[in-house]
Order: sequence, then C-alpha cells, then structure tokens
Amino acid sequence: MGDRLPSLCHGRKTDAARPETGRTSEKPHALTTKPLLDATGVAKNYGAVAALRNASLSVLPGEVHALMGANGAGKSTLVKILTGAIRADAGRILIRGEARDVRSPAAARRAGLLPVYQEPALIPDLDVLSNLRLTGTPVEPFRAWVRELGIPDLDIREMARDIPLAVLRVLDLARALAVEPDVLLLDEMTAALPANLAEKVLEVVRRQGDSGRAVIFISHRFVEISALCDRATVLRDGQTVGVVDIEPGVEEKIVELMLGARIEKTKVATRAAGQAAAAPARPRLGVRNLRVGTKLNDVSFDLADGEVAGVIALEGQGQDELFAALAGSIRPSGGTIEVGGQPARFGHPLDAIRAGIAYVPGDRAEALAMQRSVRENIALPFSAALRHWGPIAMGRERATVLDAIKRLQIDTRAQGEVQRLSGGNQQKVTIARWIAADARTILCFDPTRGIDVGTKQEIYKLLRELAGQGKSVLFYTSELEEVQRVCDRVIVIFGGRVVDVFPVELADEPALMRAAYGLPRDAKEDVGILADPTQPSSPSPAGGTAP
Amino acid sequence: MSSAATVPQAPSFGRRLKRFMADRPIVPLVILLVALVVILQILRPGIVNERWIANTVKFAIPLAILAGCQTMTMLTGGIDLSVGTVATMSAFIMATQIVNQDPTVAFLLAMTPAVLIGLVNGIGVGVFRVHPLIMTLGTSLIGTGFLQVYQRTVIASGAKIPDFLNWLGTGVSFGFPNALLLFIPVAVFIVFTLNRTGFGRLLYAVGDNERATRLSGVRYWQVILALYILSSLLAGITGLLYIGLIKAPSLSLAEPLVLPSVAAAVIGGTSIFGGRGGYAGTIVGALILTVLTTLLTILQMPEGARRMLFGAIVLLVTAAYLRITEDR
Amino acid sequence: MSHILRRQGWVAGLFALLIILFIVTKLIQPGYGSGDFGSLARAVLPYAFAVAAQTIVVIAGGIDLSVAAMMALTSVTAASMMAGASEEYALFVVPFVLAMGLVLGALNGVLIVVTRVPDIVVTLAMLFVLQGAALLVLDAPGGAAAEWLKATIVGTVPIPGLPDTVEAWLPKALLLLVVCLCIIWIPLRRSRLGLSIYAIGSSELAAFRSGVPVARTRIAAYAFSGLFAAMGGLALTMSTGIGAPIPGPYLLASVAAVVLGGVALGGGKGGLLGPIVAVFVLRLVRTDLTLLAIDPNVTAIIEGVIMVAVVMFGAFITMRSRQS
Repeated sequence: MGDRLPSLCHGRKTDAARPETGRTSEKPHALTTKPLLDATGVAKNYGAVAALRNASLSVLPGEVHALMGANGAGKSTLVKILTGAIRADAGRILIRGEARDVRSPAAARRAGLLPVYQEPALIPDLDVLSNLRLTGTPVEPFRAWVRELGIPDLDIREMARDIPLAVLRVLDLARALAVEPDVLLLDEMTAALPANLAEKVLEVVRRQGDSGRAVIFISHRFVEISALCDRATVLRDGQTVGVVDIEPGVEEKIVELMLGARIEKTKVATRAAGQAAAAPARPRLGVRNLRVGTKLNDVSFDLADGEVAGVIALEGQGQDELFAALAGSIRPSGGTIEVGGQPARFGHPLDAIRAGIAYVPGDRAEALAMQRSVRENIALPFSAALRHWGPIAMGRERATVLDAIKRLQIDTRAQGEVQRLSGGNQQKVTIARWIAADARTILCFDPTRGIDVGTKQEIYKLLRELAGQGKSVLFYTSELEEVQRVCDRVIVIFGGRVVDVFPVELADEPALMRAAYGLPRDAKEDVGILADPTQPSSPSPAGGTAP
Repeated sequence: MSSAATVPQAPSFGRRLKRFMADRPIVPLVILLVALVVILQILRPGIVNERWIANTVKFAIPLAILAGCQTMTMLTGGIDLSVGTVATMSAFIMATQIVNQDPTVAFLLAMTPAVLIGLVNGIGVGVFRVHPLIMTLGTSLIGTGFLQVYQRTVIASGAKIPDFLNWLGTGVSFGFPNALLLFIPVAVFIVFTLNRTGFGRLLYAVGDNERATRLSGVRYWQVILALYILSSLLAGITGLLYIGLIKAPSLSLAEPLVLPSVAAAVIGGTSIFGGRGGYAGTIVGALILTVLTTLLTILQMPEGARRMLFGAIVLLVTAAYLRITEDR
Repeated sequence: MSHILRRQGWVAGLFALLIILFIVTKLIQPGYGSGDFGSLARAVLPYAFAVAAQTIVVIAGGIDLSVAAMMALTSVTAASMMAGASEEYALFVVPFVLAMGLVLGALNGVLIVVTRVPDIVVTLAMLFVLQGAALLVLDAPGGAAAEWLKATIVGTVPIPGLPDTVEAWLPKALLLLVVCLCIIWIPLRRSRLGLSIYAIGSSELAAFRSGVPVARTRIAAYAFSGLFAAMGGLALTMSTGIGAPIPGPYLLASVAAVVLGGVALGGGKGGLLGPIVAVFVLRLVRTDLTLLAIDPNVTAIIEGVIMVAVVMFGAFITMRSRQS
C-alpha cells in the first residue's frame, strides 16, 4: 500500500546527513508564494491576564516552521486558537489567503489545520479503528503512515488505552497525516519518544515540508529545530518578537529574542551582595536519586538551612513531579527524601507538613478555598489534624493570622472571599498560611506567575527574609531573571535529570536558558560541576554569551 | 492580574446585587418569607395568628433539622438522602421499644441504626468515593428493608408514643412550641460547629477545594466519616421529635421530608457544589417551604404540582447561584 | 480475537455466573421450569429498560437520577390514556409515550448543557419534577392497558418447526426485550453518534479535540436514555395492566446493574450486554432467595447490600484507575 503514500523522495532535504550549513539560503518560494497560514494581531485575555497580546505567525507552503518561546510566552495559547480549541479575542487568520473563522476543532480540520498535541487526542476507551472512524480518517493511508513511522505491527483493534504513550503519539501523528492536512501543528512531537521513533518522525516531518504542505513545529530541543526547520517565529510575553531563518549559530539569537531586553539589565546582580550564599550549612532537605514514573529520573540535591535554591526547567521536565513528591502529594517510584538527615516517607501531605515542609503550588486555585475568607484560608492547616477539630481559640487564631497578614502586607480590603483578591494577594495568602504555621522548609512553585511587579518584589524580599531566619526555600521559577534576585544557587532540570547546578554568580539568563534547553555550558565558563556528563553533547555553538 | 482583578471601583448595580445575594442570601429570603405570609393573609384573612405561627414553627422544626443535615453534607459537595429512613427508623424503634424497655435503653436502641447508617455512608463516600447520592440512597433502601423485618418482630407488642416526645412534639408553653427546646440547642450547635470549630472550617474547605485541603494536610475520609455520622445522629433525633408530632409510627414516617429538606437547604443559599452557605439561611428556607406548603394547600394545588415546583426551585436556584458565584 | 475475549471477559464471567445461578435454582427447586423462566423474563423487563437507560448515559460520562421517575411518568401516562379507550387507540399511545420519553430525556440533556449545572443536580431536580408530573397524571395507581399490549409479554413465541419444549423457553417478554434493545442499540453502536457517546465519556478533551460536537452528543445520550426509560414505563404498564405514580426501586437497581455489568461509572467503557445480563443475575438472586423461603423483607435487605457493595466496588475500581 506504499503506493498510496504521498510521493516521498524529493531532493531537497531527504539526504539524511544534511550538512548543518547553508541550508536556509535555499529558501525556495519564500518570496514568491503566498503563505499557507497567516495569523496576525492575535490576542487572547483570560480575565485580566493577557495570554496573547499581538501574536503573528506566517507559514509558507513547503516549510517547517518552528514556534518558540519561553514558558508562558503564549505558544500553547496560539496553538489552541489556530486549532479552534479556544477563540481569540482579536486577530485575523488567513488560510490560503482566505479569512477563516476557526470556531471549533472540527472547523480547523475542515480548513486543513491539524494539530498533534502533547497528550494524544485518541479516545482511550475506543480501539484505533474506532478512533479513525470518529474523526473520519481513511484507514489505508493511516496504516501506510504508521508503517512509515516505524511501527510495522500495529493491531488497529487494540484499545488506545492499552497502547504505550510513545506509540500513541505516533498514531496521533499518522492519523493527522492520513488526511493530508495543509498545515500540521506538532506540539513537542518528539517528547517521550524513544530515539528510533523520534528519528522516523523527524524524517517524515521533513518530507511533509517537501510536499508543498507546511508544518508548525513546537519544540524545546534546539538540535531538532536546527536539523529540521526552515524558519522560527519567537514569542515573548504574548507577542511575536521575531522571525528568524534557521542557520548555524541561530540558537544565540533565539535565546536573545526569547529573553528580550532583559538580557542586558540582568547582568547587574540585583541581590544585595551581603546576602550571597552563606557558608555551607546543615542540609535540611536531602533528595537522593529521586524518581517519579517516567517524568523524573534520578534527581539528587541538598537544600540547606538558610538557603534559597532555585530550580529552573522548561515546562514538563519533571519539576512538577519533584515538588509534588517532596510535598507528599505523590509517591516517588524510587530514591529517598531526607529531612534533617533522617530518611522520610510521605504518604500524605500531612506527613510532609509534620516534617516541616510546606508546599506553595503554582496554581493558586489549587491551594485556596476560593469562596472562603482570607482568615480561614490562612488558618486552614491549623484545623487539619483530628485533635484540632474542636472549638477554635478565635482570639489566638486572629492574632496569628493578623500577624501573617501584616508581615506579608496582604491587602484585605476586599473582605470575605479570597477569590475577590488580586492574584498577587491571593499568592500572598498561600504563603502566609505557611508562615503562620511556621514551616521550616518552603517549596515555592513559580509563586510569581501572573502577578504584578510590586507584589513580585515583596515576595522576593519575603523569601530572602525567610532564608535569613534560617528557613530553607526551594524556588521553582519560570522567569529566569528572578534567579538573580532571590536564589543562592540554581538547579537546572532537563528531561527529568539535574543537568547543571550554578552558583548564583554564574547564573546569568543566557547561561540558564542554554542549560534549560539542555545545551552544555560555554567552555570558558565551565567550572566543571556539570551534574550529568551523559547528557548528549553536541558541539557547543560558537559565539559565546551575549555581550 | 494586578489591578484589574481587585475589587472594581464602581461595580454595576446588577453586580452589586449579585454580590449582595451571594453574601447575604438571608435578607431576600426573609423578605420572601414575609411576602408569602402576607399573601396567605390576603387569601385567607385572619389565618395568620398566634396559633398558626406556633403550628407553622412546630412543623418547620423537623424539616429544619433534616435540612441542617443536608446543609452540612452539601457544604462538602455531598447530600444525605438517608435522613428520611434514619429518622423513621429511630422513631419506629423508639415507639416500639418503649413498650418494654427503660427509656434510656430505648433511646440508645433507637439511635443505633442512625450511627450504623452514618458509618456506612461515611465509609462509602469518604473511603470508596461513591457518589453521596447513590450511597445514601442505597443505605436508605437497606435501612427500610431492616425496618420491615423489624416490624414483624414487634408486631405483637404494639407501639406507643412516649409522653415526653408527645409533649415535646406537640406541646406549646407560653405560646412557644416545646419543640423549640430541642431545636434551639440543635441550631446553636450546628451554627457553632460550622463557624467556630475546626471541623466546621474543614467542611467548608473540603467542599470548596478538596485539593487545597489535602495540601494543607487534611485527611478527607476523616472529615467525611465524622460528617455523615453526625448527619445521621441529627436525623435520628429528628425522628424522635417527629414521632411526637405525628403520633403515628409508620414505615414511611419521615420519607416525605427528604426532598423538602434538600430544597430548604438549596433555597437557604447553601451551594449544592459545596463551600458556600450556612444554617441560618436553611432555617428560613425551611420556614418558607412550610408556609409555601400551607399556601399551596389553600390554593388546592395537588401534591404532584408541589413536587414539580420543588424540583423547579432546586434547579433554578442552583443555576442562579452558579451564575452569581462564577460571574465575578 | 484476544481483544474480544479480554473485552468481553467480564460479560462472559457474568454469563457463567448466570448459568451457575440457574443451576442453583434448579437444585433448590427441581420443578423450576419454563413457566418460571417466563415470569423471570417478565420481571426483568422494566429493570432491563431502566438499566439500558442508565447505561447509555453512564457511557457518555454522566448519570441519570430521573430514570425511575421517568418510568413512572410514562407508565401512568400510557395507563391513563388507554383507560376506557379502544384497543386500536393503544397503537397511538405507544409511539406517543416513546416520543415523550425521548423529548423529556433530551430536556435533561439540554438543561445540563445550557445551565451548566452538573448532571447529578439537574437529573435530581428532574426526578422531583417527573415524580410530580406522574402524580398529576394519576394520583393513585390506576388506568388500564390494551389487551393486545398485555398479551405481547405473556406466553411464548411460537416458532414453527421448533419443538414445544424449546419454544417454552422463549418467552415473549424476552423476545420483546431483545428486539427493542437491538433495534436501537446495534445501529447506534455502529454509528458515528455511538462512537461520539463513548468518546465524550472516555475523554471529553480528546473528544473535543477530535472534532466531536460534545454538547449535541450529550443531549442525544440523554434523549436515548429517556426513550429507554419510556420503554421501561410501557413495560410496567404492560406487565401490571395499570400505572403507578410512585417510582419503583429502579434507580439504584439500574446503577448497580450498570456497575456489575462492567460499565465504569467514569464513562467510556462497557456495552449494553453486560448490564442486561447483570439484571438477570440480580433478579435471579432474588428468585433464589424467595425459593429458599427467606422472608421477602430480608431478601430486600440482601439485595440492597449486594447493590451497595457492587456500587462501592465500582467506585473503588474507578478511583484506582484514576490514580494509576
């Protein structure tokens, strides 16, 4: 049935050992052809938060186009808009020069836009064949693509639920390919794929570009992007900040675009010099070879008293699992956690809390009882244990709560429900809870996401103060500049492993960004504490750090 | 998110009204209650007098206590449909055991099924995570089965209503129904539990955001188990009061109170999704339903139409509260 | 083949259980014969339709608490319309009542989609409303059923060429059940709509992303549920000859049979065969308990305990699968 496949071999990029150089110059129809997909001025607000302000994306026929941006830059929002999963507040989407209203995934499909999401869209409780019928996908081309993608023995009667994730993602791709979409959107397509499948996938994606169709390729892996893509659109803070041709050394330029003007500013360390990492103190929390499922593989580090350790990682590199395991929310599948030198087992968050570990989740909606008052939210952990179910000593509770409110300067003018507070004040409430409870170790997961600058400053100050009092803080942040403001040390996680640990002096944003993308440190800055020497080391791009 | 998400400076009238309704549902409820009483007085001039009020209160009290059970379970996002069966069982056992037993023993025997059903409900909902509605419906069927079997064993010895319960259920002293002697402590207990104890806080918090309570170290099953036992105990006590009021032990004594108890809590502003509400509103809700029932009886509205109305009220009120709470 | 075995393993187990129960029945009561089987089939009929109604909604990831009330309403409607009317009039009554079930079921779905109130609350409210409506139609058991309708579930199916001994084991009630369910279920199961119902129950997000119209599918699932419930209501009227406005114990029974039949309460899994076999199992247990001369009230308790245990077991399984 291979003859039903779209013609496979064109000259342009099929020579597998394509040299890394001189590729982008052969942009064939860049100027002559109309774009297949042209989105301009796309904006989307969630309440008061602007997820996208002014994003544009133009994809030409026959190209593989990378869509890049740091965490929270708006990539996924843009993809959701293009594929009809959500509706934009503003903006125009032209497909083959025609304005199209992509109202639903079905409409996007009809318009020739097909996404393959990170979580496969196959219905778990239907077999593969039924999944094909559900989406009106022709079976034979699908089978051909599946074989082409390196799965020779697929049983289409198998339930999607019983198929391993990696294969499922490939099937999702094959299903999309089988209807020959004009524009294919691939979200982190090679994540969770074993090397052989990933290779096949990349090969097919490359060929897709040759057949006059287009692929939008979202990836965190520079290696793939430079091997595969023709151009890249870079998003920052919900805006398109640049479109670049992929050529050798472009990584630096992309990192710069992703970071924006901050790159210069943050060379100046904003943290007071006197607060630099104190002398090695007793480890409060020890993490040894911690593993959680497939997401977190072998993470080890220490967290000392009086220290703020930063954690930097791209989305989905295992940081969520790390924090959840330390907070007792999920059970690790291997390794140990030590508290004050003693091994600890957490079966329930209460165990972690008893060990003095408090967890401030990234999503405030996860931590707060939104319809309850500030006071009740702060006092919530007090009532948790059975023996505190009785009458509350209202006076004492009031004093403790007021103390915490004052310390964090929470604006409680909006009395009553926490949901009426601003995001920043809500975040303060989640932290205040643990200050009132006097936790020794605080795990902060991106506490400044989506809050205003003033409150951010207050939170930085607070975290430093806590460290000054001898408490230890583990601080995951998606904003690299915060590292300089808050942390003593930075742990970089990539692919579920600690790939690097920076002392704060060396942790400038370009260095962190490169490390977070799994790129090795520059030779001249390398002080030899690369935690994982097994990390694939492609030749480091020349050009060094930004000036 | 910074300034825009804080309290807007000048919310529209509609928004303010919504917020007011969400915060103080009791004010419009009291207005509604008064309006119903006025309509009643207009339809049947002279009906509203001291005796009528005492009578209304007397009939509203058992409903209000059962609605208290619903309020507490609904705060956690649950519901307890077994309260009718539990009340019936304790009433029936009390009335039959008092014939040959010491009152204390009879009382303890009467409360045993309440504890057991509450325990099973709590385990089912809290540990196995069965939906509360299904779970409590199931235990209530089992309870009814047990009651039928029990009835055969005591058919010979007969039943009587203890004088004390008679006095408590129907008596009026100084113009006030004696049932208030039971109800006021119960109401104070429920209000105090909800507002001033750690357990009450957890009920609200669990219903509002179970994940958040878990992260704060709360063990869900403990809260739920205690809740359903408490709810059953209150239902059992209601049964004793109700038998004193109705004076005819039957196998479906308190069953007609179940749906109105849910409706009373919903009308009273307790969210069926959990996390929001209180007992004061529920009490007014129970009064409203009692007056409404009188009104519908006067209007000769059949039982069927009344049930339809209750159903429509539950749906409308829930949808309305949903709009109020999400629109901010 | 292995998939079919694995997927149908649960149902096969249920069948085995059913056969064992028949053997047990025969041991308890050596005289248990085709006539008793016929009455079993008649007793199962309303339960089976209630279960079918519940199954389709549960597969779509919801729950319908108004099943029993819907049956009561359709039953009294049919009974009161046929009371004193001609035999032919029933030819009009049957499609009318079925259409009523379909519309009321769809109303359930529309209310869920439009108000965004959770299904469990909407169908609870509808339970009140339908119960009330049933009381308005008939405030006490009454009405009548056309003779030919009653006759459709009494006796056996005469099939030429089959010996009487075999024919005796083919009660009309069973045939009616099989025909009604197959006419609707098999085409549905094979259609895109059927797939969509499974899809929204299995993963609403994935279904949405696959282009399934989630709201419309949900309404359709509730409409079919209403249709099955209306069949159940008619079956009640056919077997009793009257209509009773107070809902029978069909809600919990339907949920229990759905769980026992291998349909996960989370949605997306299972089929109709399992729950139907489960109904037979549950009814046969009751028969056996009765044959053992156990007090019918104790039987009710045992039944209740079995159902609650089954539901708890189902919830436990769902919880486990969600955790993994």
